[in-house]
Amino acid sequence: MTLDIRTVASSELHNEMMRLKQERHMDFLVNLIGMDWGEEGGLGVIYMLESSKTGETAEIKTSTMDREHPYLQTVSDIWQIANIYEREVYDFYGIIFLNHPDMRRLFLREDWQGFPFRKDDKPEEENPLRMDNEPLADTTKEYFINADGSVGVKENVIFAPDDYVINIGPQHPSTHGVLHMRTRLDGETVTKIDPVLGYIHRGVEKISESLTYPQTLALTDRLDYLSAMQNRHALCMCIEKAIGLEITPRVQYIRTIMDELQRVASHLLYYGALVMDVGALTAFFYTFREREMLLKIFEDNFGGRLIMNYNTIGGVMYDIRPDFAKQVKEFEKALRKRFHEYQDIYSTNIIALNRMVGVGTLSQEQAISFGCAGPTGRACGWHNDVRKRHPYALYDQVEFKEIIREEGDSNARHLNRMDEMLESLNIIDQLIDNIPEGDFQTKRKPIVKLPEGSFYQAVESSRGEFGVFIESKGDKSPYRLHYRSNGLPLIAAMDTACRGEKIADLIAIGGTMDFVIPDIDR
Amino acid sequence: MFDFSIITKWFHTLLTGVMPEWLAIGIECLIVLLFIILLYAILAIALIYAERKICAFFQCRLGPNRVGKWGLLQVFADVLKMLTKEIIKLRQTDLLLHDMAPYFVLTASFLTFACIPWNKGLDILDFNVGVFFFIAISGIGVVGILLAGWASHSKYPLIGAMRSGAQLISYELSIGMTMLTVIMLNGTMQFSEIVQQQADFGWNIVRGHVPAVLAFLIYLVAGNAECNRGPFDLPEAESELTAGYHTEYSGMHFGFFYLAEYLNMFICGAMAATIFLGGWAPIYFPGMDGFNAVMGYIPGFIWFFGKAFFVVFLLMWIRWTFPRLRIDQLLSLEWKYLMPLSMINIILMALVVCFGLTL
Amino acid sequence: MALIRKPKIKSIPYEDFKDNESLEKMIDELNAHGTNVVVASLDKLINWGRSNSLWPLTFGTSCCAIELMALGAARFDMARFGFEVTRTSPRQADVILVCGTITNKMTPVLKRLYDQMAEPKYVIAIGGCTCTGGPFTKSYHVVKGVDKILPVDVYVPGCPPRPEAFLYGMMQLQRKVKIENYLGTVNRKEKDPYKEEAKQLKKEIFNQEEKA
Repeated sequence: MTLDIRTVASSELHNEMMRLKQERHMDFLVNLIGMDWGEEGGLGVIYMLESSKTGETAEIKTSTMDREHPYLQTVSDIWQIANIYEREVYDFYGIIFLNHPDMRRLFLREDWQGFPFRKDDKPEEENPLRMDNEPLADTTKEYFINADGSVGVKENVIFAPDDYVINIGPQHPSTHGVLHMRTRLDGETVTKIDPVLGYIHRGVEKISESLTYPQTLALTDRLDYLSAMQNRHALCMCIEKAIGLEITPRVQYIRTIMDELQRVASHLLYYGALVMDVGALTAFFYTFREREMLLKIFEDNFGGRLIMNYNTIGGVMYDIRPDFAKQVKEFEKALRKRFHEYQDIYSTNIIALNRMVGVGTLSQEQAISFGCAGPTGRACGWHNDVRKRHPYALYDQVEFKEIIREEGDSNARHLNRMDEMLESLNIIDQLIDNIPEGDFQTKRKPIVKLPEGSFYQAVESSRGEFGVFIESKGDKSPYRLHYRSNGLPLIAAMDTACRGEKIADLIAIGGTMDFVIPDIDR
Repeated sequence: MFDFSIITKWFHTLLTGVMPEWLAIGIECLIVLLFIILLYAILAIALIYAERKICAFFQCRLGPNRVGKWGLLQVFADVLKMLTKEIIKLRQTDLLLHDMAPYFVLTASFLTFACIPWNKGLDILDFNVGVFFFIAISGIGVVGILLAGWASHSKYPLIGAMRSGAQLISYELSIGMTMLTVIMLNGTMQFSEIVQQQADFGWNIVRGHVPAVLAFLIYLVAGNAECNRGPFDLPEAESELTAGYHTEYSGMHFGFFYLAEYLNMFICGAMAATIFLGGWAPIYFPGMDGFNAVMGYIPGFIWFFGKAFFVVFLLMWIRWTFPRLRIDQLLSLEWKYLMPLSMINIILMALVVCFGLTL
Repeated sequence: MALIRKPKIKSIPYEDFKDNESLEKMIDELNAHGTNVVVASLDKLINWGRSNSLWPLTFGTSCCAIELMALGAARFDMARFGFEVTRTSPRQADVILVCGTITNKMTPVLKRLYDQMAEPKYVIAIGGCTCTGGPFTKSYHVVKGVDKILPVDVYVPGCPPRPEAFLYGMMQLQRKVKIENYLGTVNRKEKDPYKEEAKQLKKEIFNQEEKA
């Protein structure tokens, strides 16, 4: 069923958004998607809002017909995450948001010519490979409407000339990928962080517009490679719901078990990376020992260690082996037996507690305003688990607790993930012995064409809410495919969480936020 | 216990028999210098190999085992490679200071190396203010690190060097005070005298019971911090500041920093063995004469190396277990906890010695 | 006299390696000039040391970096070869394992990292993305193969390659290092470009004065 998107005129946008936030309590901006509807529709934005209290959702659309100087009103004063999202839309479509305090490109180089996601843009011709260093500006522009209706430009300062700014990254042992944070320091204390993204921007959304639906599946595994199964599950579910394809119960069981196994693998690696950042290197090897057992299961049954390419539209690629249940149960026993080692060596260590308790605190309002879903948001007291809010697969039929903590500091985030690992094992326990017989793939037409409309599906990946938005015009390729990244809100929240902390804390906070950069840059 | 001064006296009379005094002493100095350098290199190689294997066993994997049987030749390959790497000269650094910095650290290492009593009669530098000399010399290493960070003309090494300077200066206080405790117990600052008294009356850690054990623990923590290792390795924190104060060094200059780190750890262990655990003195229980005679046959330097390597093993164990402390936590540990504790310990030791409560 | 012979890797026979032809071509070229005995034996010793102690630089952009971490972990353990000392500063590293996709924005950074490394240095391109662009060849922002920016010594294909494939690639690099002619060829020191320019300018002025 397609989404019901309401159109709002661009001059009324800010007032309407303010009304939605205050009266219907829509404080969670799930998606802000830039669109190019061509000559008839113009350039525009789709907003997807949700209320954290009532669970009510709303979808709004706005557009402007001016392709030379497209202007829209900003909503970055209503939701803090819109600051980053609108920069992304400016980067890809060229839409300038009025009164946005920091109108710069987000992913592409500052001297990039053109706007690649527009349908008439030719990115490769205008932008050959440049070997010179990118000039990173210290000031940024803000556009506003003058009293007489014309558009004026104001300069805002990011870093003053006297500031002591160091570059953390892009090549850095612990930024979990290539993230570049320009950090202003006052001695050892961090006073401002300006993240520079885009070092692994591969243009997956733009590539997908020229691929058929089965071909787009191959790229999802490589976005957030630690939640590879869950990402592909989201895309397959979205397409299946759009074409109305029923999948067999056996496939539902396999997919749910797969998702939970993937969650355990991801949290094991999160723990290993965190202790590596903080300095206790030995625990990293212990978690990898368990993770290797899990990767062996993945390899035997699903075909790959890290990139599995297992879900397809209508089912899964091959059937599981007959001893799958036995393998999983053995792994579970080994993990439960050794779980206390992780707590002993790190989580209860006095030095580790000193490094994590009270450090990098986010309040619940800030987490919701930034849209930090996943264990990070749940550590601030926000009930945001997609498996409970909008259940999919078999999550409405299994019993599991949603792990919530109230403090919002690094320790809470860390313990959340540790507990979630055990919860995942409980879910697998309930399902592993009851996998029904049946087909592992539903028959479908070889060429997949989605009906006209917009579709959205979210899953609870290991890091938060990963969503897939497809707008289709009835072809065999998507007109627009957008992935809701679960790491982008976390990066946006880093500035708020790290103000006033030391450099060492910045690394530890980054470790507990647990973002994966290719998922942010797409 | 075999007294090595027999050999040294014999050698000296042999040489002065055939040549004037000054030439004999010159040749002896040369031999001692070669001995120190050789021992330095061998110990460094042994320690690096030991660290890699021990850390591998803690982390449930095998260490180097392909290069030579059990991986024994691995460090030799590393040394060969280090010698043949290009030494990068940067245009923006202060070249003189940048090149001098590793030598400062190396010199401090060598000089402290020379203070240690290896066996009865086998000491190289034996002043009557030995302990004082040792503490003074270890300060030169701080200068080397600060120079390295400053002369590299780059932000990461500067932050690393500043942290390291603050850390090393603070922890030298604790080391000084724990050594003061031992001096009070033995009544002398001369290293050979300290060990001789332990050979006669029992190890300091046993003789001084409560205050000595406390001093030993404080010394372990402070010595760990002095070596920039373990939970206190913030200046070269690999996962935070790329490589800290030695980011801009390559080739043999980096090799010197690398060696000096391991040797500093050994010297910390050797010092702990000398002043707390008895140096080259064997274990002796009063009344068990047969046991004591057997222990007496094992040469002194075997005891010494055994004890030093035991302390080094403790330091390695601590390093691979605990996470890193933040700089303000590190400094507050020293100034708010360790220093008052060591001052109270000094008073305790004074009471113990004055009232003759030693064992 | 043919002083350089086939490179040996412990416990894997020479025939099991895939690309022996390019190594044999290198050996023939080096043998054509001939060397004297002393330099050749010294070369052999130094090459033994260098090949057994290749320190990688921690550089990973995407999925292949996770397999690099798994390589360092206990199951595959690259420490057995002596590679576990991954240095974080490029000045102290020998080989850069380019793991993960390289984009247009990352290119100047990677080139700068490579330039900062001390000679002798090597590059291993790991994964499909660094060999040719991988699954992202249609993208406007991906460099189609890292050999457009850096001189690559070994290519390890795969998406991602298994850790055993990483080790195989490093062993191929070890074989290549073992046959290199160290003294005189590989141990070059990078020349200061300003000084070179100044020398060039001085020569030109001298030549002009000669003509006049």
